[in-house]
Amino acid sequence: MAFRVVEKKTLGPDVVLFRIDAPRIARKQQPGQFVILRIHESGERIPLTIAESNPNDGTITLIVQGVGKTTKLLCALDVGDAVSDVVGPLGKPSEVHRYGTVVVIGGGVGTAIAYPTARALKEAGNHVIMIIGGRTKQLVILENEARAVSNELYITTDDGSYGEKGLVTDKLRQLIGSGQLVHLVLAIGPIPMMRAVAEMTRPHGIKTLVSLNPIMVDGTGMCGGCRVLMNGHNKFACVDGPEFDAHQVDFDVLAKRNATYRTAEKMALEKFQQQPEKDLDLVKHRCKLEEQHPELVGRLRNR
Amino acid sequence: MNNPLSPKDRVKIPRQKMPEQEPAERAHNFEEVNLGLEIEAAKREASRCLACANPKCVSGCPVGVKVKDFIALVLNGDYLAAAAKIREDDVLPAITGRVCPQEDQCEGTCIMAKKFGAVGIGYLERFVADYERRAGKIGLPPNAPLTGKKVAIVGSGPAGLSAAGDLVLRGHEVTVFEALHELGGVLVYGIPEFRLPKEIVRQEIDNIRRMGVRFETDVVVGKTVTVDELLGEEGYHAVLVATGAGLPQFLGVPGENLCGVYSANEFLTRVNLMKAYRFPEYDEPIYDCRDRNVAVIGGGNTAMDAVRSALRLGAKNAYIIYRRSEAEMPARVEEVKHAKEEGIQFMLLTNPIEFIGDDKGWLKAARCIKMELGAPDDSGRRRPVPIKGSEFELPLDVVVIAVGTTSNPLVQSTTPDLKTRKGGYIETDPETLKTSKRGVFAAGDIVTGAATVILAMGAGRKAAKAVDEYLRTGVW
Ligand SMILES: Cc1cc2nc3c(=O)[nH]c(=O)nc-3n(C[C@H](O)[C@H](O)[C@H](O)COP(=O)(O)OP(=O)(O)OC[C@H]3O[C@@H](n4cnc5c(N)ncnc54)[C@H](O)[C@@H]3O)c2cc1C
Ligand SMILES: Cc1cc2nc3c(=O)[nH]c(=O)nc-3n(C[C@H](O)[C@H](O)[C@H](O)COP(=O)(O)OP(=O)(O)OC[C@H]3O[C@@H](n4cnc5c(N)ncnc54)[C@H](O)[C@@H]3O)c2cc1C
Ligand code: SF4
Ligand code: SF4
Ligand code: FES
Repeated sequence: MAFRVVEKKTLGPDVVLFRIDAPRIARKQQPGQFVILRIHESGERIPLTIAESNPNDGTITLIVQGVGKTTKLLCALDVGDAVSDVVGPLGKPSEVHRYGTVVVIGGGVGTAIAYPTARALKEAGNHVIMIIGGRTKQLVILENEARAVSNELYITTDDGSYGEKGLVTDKLRQLIGSGQLVHLVLAIGPIPMMRAVAEMTRPHGIKTLVSLNPIMVDGTGMCGGCRVLMNGHNKFACVDGPEFDAHQVDFDVLAKRNATYRTAEKMALEKFQQQPEKDLDLVKHRCKLEEQHPELVGRLRNR
Repeated sequence: MNNPLSPKDRVKIPRQKMPEQEPAERAHNFEEVNLGLEIEAAKREASRCLACANPKCVSGCPVGVKVKDFIALVLNGDYLAAAAKIREDDVLPAITGRVCPQEDQCEGTCIMAKKFGAVGIGYLERFVADYERRAGKIGLPPNAPLTGKKVAIVGSGPAGLSAAGDLVLRGHEVTVFEALHELGGVLVYGIPEFRLPKEIVRQEIDNIRRMGVRFETDVVVGKTVTVDELLGEEGYHAVLVATGAGLPQFLGVPGENLCGVYSANEFLTRVNLMKAYRFPEYDEPIYDCRDRNVAVIGGGNTAMDAVRSALRLGAKNAYIIYRRSEAEMPARVEEVKHAKEEGIQFMLLTNPIEFIGDDKGWLKAARCIKMELGAPDDSGRRRPVPIKGSEFELPLDVVVIAVGTTSNPLVQSTTPDLKTRKGGYIETDPETLKTSKRGVFAAGDIVTGAATVILAMGAGRKAAKAVDEYLRTGVW
């Protein structure tokens, strides 16, 4: 199978939006669900959230942050290129109800993962407060989209280069402290951030959901690699999640398990950056890559 | 041609040895261990058959392969005819010849088994299938005229593949939906290259494709599309669910979430399907087993496959930890023999009770306890009971849990009127493999629980027959 890229948009440094032809998935997707993608015949399988889907033209939208070999290679795709496998929609859809006031927190690329659910929550009649943040200005993504699906939007950066200086959790603390009534918090981002949010809402008894990002292979409950510890019981994030009650999650186990392949990941990325041609060839289906894209090959190599 | 040898002479011929890669060599590569009989040896093996008037071998085979007849054809040197004879009952001979537990089936009931050593039926089956494949002369029978009926098959393991072949032959339009990016089920993600080369599976699938079966990979039925949608807007007249028993079981002991603890499904999927043994040429990583201590918990084929894979990935010590004794091990005899020759260390009557990690969350040891055999349990096997005070610690870097699998609920939970029984397996009529839902059939491990390739294949064919009858008569 081949899944063609029909639109590409750069949202920030190493953050790219793709619209991909995947009619079966587009027809079924609900907010909170993801796909597993394999970029080419020797590629690994990685999960990515479906940011949006259009059942009419049969496309799905993915927002990818280039953090390692596969995602950086993905970011190098152009309109017309294809990914060999995309399977989904996987995972349970988010539970969208009318809760009242909902705070949706997105850290880094977490904003992209939270976005479809935030939109659904708004459409369901909730008062949606969004807090999105990043280390620095360029890492704040989807500001316009977030504004469109929220009643209030707050932006934070660690270095103060944009919005308020501080962490997304600082803003949450402020909101709760100011007596803002909150019925639900949805937090998606790096593990330390989600853990901090969970600890902040726990004493107030505010229902808090997080979308977990364990390492996945099949995405169908077959390998058990994505197991996360919830109140002492294992759940498979790909079929039982990825959204879970933040107050039950053992974040420590998740953080440790996610480090399993650090050495291999580093090696794969270095090898790719030294020699991107082989992989680019597999996805570009073009023979004289360097001739046609000298700047691309050069850019990947020098990083 | 009749066998020129008298029965007395036949039993004097020793069972032919399977040529194999040397243990010291094969322990470090993923190439096939068994090399296959040469023509002369195959003929010699065939000449051992007594051509019994009442061939017990046939009744020992779950699908009734006409063993006696195909062996006679081998003796005649008519290998293509022999292959065709097997194909009447078994559509995947190159695979079953390699992976059937022959000692419990055809060879177990062969009249020669007790005194002289069973006729090497599996070896011969493999021989003729390989001969046929190399000759490139696989006789694909012509399809019946189109019936205009469409069948969807969910899952491309042996059950789904064999049903697909049979149904397309009978003139139906067949589409197989597979969740993974590759076809073959356990044959590609579970059983390793060194036991079943993937090229063979691919060729068998190509044959089925050439017969006209359509394949759609990357479709998870229950998620991408439901059974109801297949029967509704997608216009299928019948659906066969052949999704296997792919859900891994864990032990439920402390420490199972440490880094370095895998389910066998994950370990084998990374190695086989994703080719992690060729990392970084292939992208999927696996824990670096080189010079490490690896233990696999369990005693079945899956456990043997995992432990021998770990050895090939460079493990310094590769252990099997099994709570019963060798006699109770469900693995094929040949796998246990091969594993021992390769230097796998068997810790029998031993059970892990805890996995111990370092402060970074990495596995560093297993706490185990010794067992002894008590009274027989429900399965008729003597129940292992822990010996008090026999606990000990075994330093380990990787553990693979291979204690069985159960049904995956994805299809059942999204098909409300599909009845299941204990364990979530799909309930079917034993004769027709009809489920509780009109137009839906089920076959293979998803009905029986984890079984064997030949049983799944046999069930797929049985279901195909019933599907065909339903499509022709419309009678449910
Ligand atoms: C349900 C889910 C939804 C996600 N949605 C998005 C999204 O919308 N956009 C986005 O940019 N990222 C998303 N991610 C994260 C994304 O899957 C990883 O960034 C990606 O797998 C990294 O692969 P790599 O080869 O580029 O980097 P690597 O260098 O291989 O890995 C970097 C880190 O990513 C994680 N990772 C690596 N392989 C996997 C894997 N097979 N499965 C899960 N995590 C892995 C590990 O924590 C690892 O340390 C999601 C993850 C999950 C589980
Ligand atoms: C490691 C291992 C070694 C084994 N060794 C032997 C051996 O030596 N000899 C032997 O006889 N037997 C062996 N077995 C058992 C044998 O492989 C199985 O009994 C047999 O493969 C079952 O066939 P099946 O068609 O029912 O299911 P499977 O082979 O499990 O195939 C099911 C297929 O369905 C797909 N699927 C599942 N859910 C969905 C869905 N919702 N939508 C779409 N597709 C789906 C799966 O991805 C899979 O490809 C072994 C099993 C394992 C795991
Ligand atoms: S299919 Fe299996 S059991 Fe039957 S004859 Fe062949 S090897 Fe023996
Ligand atoms: S039982 Fe053994 S000896 Fe008799 S026909 Fe079968 S294979 Fe030959
Ligand atoms: S990714 Fe394999 S079980 Fe969840």
